[in-house]
Amino acid sequence: MGLEAKLNSEGFLVTQLDAVVAWARKNSVYPMPMGISCCAIEMMAAADPKYDIARFGSEVMRFTPRQCDLMIVAGTVTYKMSHVVRKIYDQMPDPKWVIAMGACTSTGGMYRSYSVVQGIDQFLPVDVYLAGCPPRPDNLLNALIQIQNKIGRTRARDFQNLKLPELNVIQNN
Amino acid sequence: MELKELISQKLQANFPEAELEFSEFRNEFNVKFNKKFVNPICKFLKEDSELEFLLCEDITAVDWAKRKNRFTVVYHIFSLKHNFRLVVKADVDESDCNIDTVSSVWKTSDWQERETYDMYGIKFNNHPDLRRIYMPEEFEYYPLRKEFPLLGIPGSLPLPKK
Repeated sequence: MGLEAKLNSEGFLVTQLDAVVAWARKNSVYPMPMGISCCAIEMMAAADPKYDIARFGSEVMRFTPRQCDLMIVAGTVTYKMSHVVRKIYDQMPDPKWVIAMGACTSTGGMYRSYSVVQGIDQFLPVDVYLAGCPPRPDNLLNALIQIQNKIGRTRARDFQNLKLPELNVIQNN
Repeated sequence: MELKELISQKLQANFPEAELEFSEFRNEFNVKFNKKFVNPICKFLKEDSELEFLLCEDITAVDWAKRKNRFTVVYHIFSLKHNFRLVVKADVDESDCNIDTVSSVWKTSDWQERETYDMYGIKFNNHPDLRRIYMPEEFEYYPLRKEFPLLGIPGSLPLPKK
């Protein structure tokens, strides 16, 4: 039933281009490690050989947003930091996804305080909220699998109406 | 002579008009005085060859909310020579909310005073660079004052556009 067996017996296979693109895309999600506080330690543990995020094709943690598909916001986001997080998110190429890792990032967590943003969904579109303080690495892998399932359901036309700010400026002139 | 007696005798001899008060709380020796004398007294405590309080560990403040002198500025200084910690205090009222800087005595107090200014709004006269240190510069409030709400004032800290 595997791919190799099918190719060996018949020499070709028929599928949709959308399905191939989504399959390729979801199995090579490059994360942007937005490690702000202690959740980042668990994020690093998820990359080590014991949990091995490479099994899911996401071992390439890029420290430049230009090469990333997925932003893992791991840690307490203060109001001062929120502008930096948003700027890095804006620098990532479309299509892109966001994991809000941990209680602080999702809701402010135990920092019910004037300086901490009470949930990053106030300024970012979040795809997966991840519970825990901090969440265990296997929990992060679960979030990644959920993102992969979400990416697997996308079709090329889902991205056709994405707004491109630069283009709009040119058209207005 | 015990160090505490030495400190109180030396300060009383050198600053008779400073309204000095000495007290002890949980094995920490406290000195309180009029805020006008903060710079000369700190300079004396640091430079006197028998005391040598070379290390300024912390500067912060206390907000007493309804008291007449609303704030107390607290300095924790340490003598490496004697392995002894001294708590130095001075009252500041809200109507005259400033005190002289000690950054000319201990350089490290530059940022500690900026933090105290950021959190309580107490101005430090002659400070070389008195700006906010934690909060954004355009922020208009002082978060550790008692009247400031725990969750802050809505809209006072801008978020990026979604």
